[in-house]
Amino acid sequence: MEKSVVPFADELLIIGGSAGSLDVLLQVLPELRVPVSKAIIIVVHRKNINDLILTELLSAKTTVPVKEAEEKDPIQQNIIYIVPPDYHLLIENDKTFSLDVSEKVNYSRPSIDVTFSSAAEVFGNKLTCILLSGANADGVEGLKAAKRNGGTIIVQHPDSAEIPYMPLQAIKAIEADYVLNDEELKDYFARLNV
Amino acid sequence: MFIIKDEDVELLINDLLEIHGYDFTNYSKASLKRRISNLFITDRFPSFAEFRYKVRTDNDYLLRFVEQVTVNVTEMFRDPLFYKTLREEVIPNLAARPIIRIWHAGCSTGEEVYSMAILLKEANLLHKSLLYATDINPSVLEKMRKGIFPLSQMKQYSENYHTSGGTSSLSDYYTAQYEWAIFNKSLGEKIVISTHNLVSDSSFNEFQLIVCRNVLIYFDKDLQNKVFRLFDQSLETLGYLALGSKETIKFSSITAHYRQLGNKEKIWRKV
Repeated sequence: MEKSVVPFADELLIIGGSAGSLDVLLQVLPELRVPVSKAIIIVVHRKNINDLILTELLSAKTTVPVKEAEEKDPIQQNIIYIVPPDYHLLIENDKTFSLDVSEKVNYSRPSIDVTFSSAAEVFGNKLTCILLSGANADGVEGLKAAKRNGGTIIVQHPDSAEIPYMPLQAIKAIEADYVLNDEELKDYFARLNV
Repeated sequence: MFIIKDEDVELLINDLLEIHGYDFTNYSKASLKRRISNLFITDRFPSFAEFRYKVRTDNDYLLRFVEQVTVNVTEMFRDPLFYKTLREEVIPNLAARPIIRIWHAGCSTGEEVYSMAILLKEANLLHKSLLYATDINPSVLEKMRKGIFPLSQMKQYSENYHTSGGTSSLSDYYTAQYEWAIFNKSLGEKIVISTHNLVSDSSFNEFQLIVCRNVLIYFDKDLQNKVFRLFDQSLETLGYLALGSKETIKFSSITAHYRQLGNKEKIWRKV
């Protein structure tokens, strides 16, 4: 195994979104500058075409390295990981990734619920979950799990979401720590810089 | 979501090994834990102790347990461009063999085995091919033995088939009856079905092509290496090893004498 100089991430931020979430990502990611002390995972629903377009698109928006999450990768700070299409992403106790092709959850693979829930078990109160715009309720169960394990919950304000259904379901089901509009989300990302 | 704790998973893993001989020690724990939790909830056990007792003592339930905690999601011509590469670059190189032996390891309900049979049929090679289809779960193999798949999937499979370079119609290969697609007997005739556990069973033949897709992602590095050695022992020189789209032999002990095909598909040739 090659030795890495990048330390394992103590803290993890996961961003989940579906329809209407890409524009938000394109707006907030330019606020990030290296180094970021957290690891960041992006789980978005999309067509299961095996390509790297999303990774390239998001790479162009930030100086933080963006890469597709690979099985057994150690989760390192200052990296943005994209969940590959058609796989669920789980997190092992030793803070490495596992990919999984099991049944779709909420008609989705990757499912936001799966990654939120799995991360909640491992990262506990060092986990922050952000749920963005979308047209189904994937992510809500995962937010509950994160909350139970002491994580921080941020939901995009439904009024500023292109498709408010997903944030609305989240707000109905749990008490979010923050409900942020687009400007506030940008501020949040700007403050992640070390 | 995860009602089952890490300690519970360890207890079950020990029971499975000691009582039943199924070794899940080197499986990905995150996936196991999630699937065991889901099964515990689905089957409405009042307590973990009762769940564990059932797994320990009820052999019928054991089969259900193993089937449910392992992942059996598959589809025909999954990743169509992978099949296009098989069709264009791999199968033509096998054509000169008197008998073509292919091993589908961890084939689940066999959709990919039938896909391979169709590729061979279209290359006019099926009559001299043998497709060995193995899985840890006897129940999924029973489903494959029938060669009957849900009709509702055929639209997607048909798209996959055409993207993989298929020029006929997928429906030429099956008869629709109620909600089922019954595949032609001629495709199934060359498929040899057997249980095989990649963790504990050894090599049983020599092959020109081994297909094992989305199985190794559930194994840790040590077990992956063990399985790669098993594949290496079971593969002829100049034979091919085909993996899932996120799997690689790159960091394994066998990587030195394998060369990846010249595109990004996960197919390696033993040299």
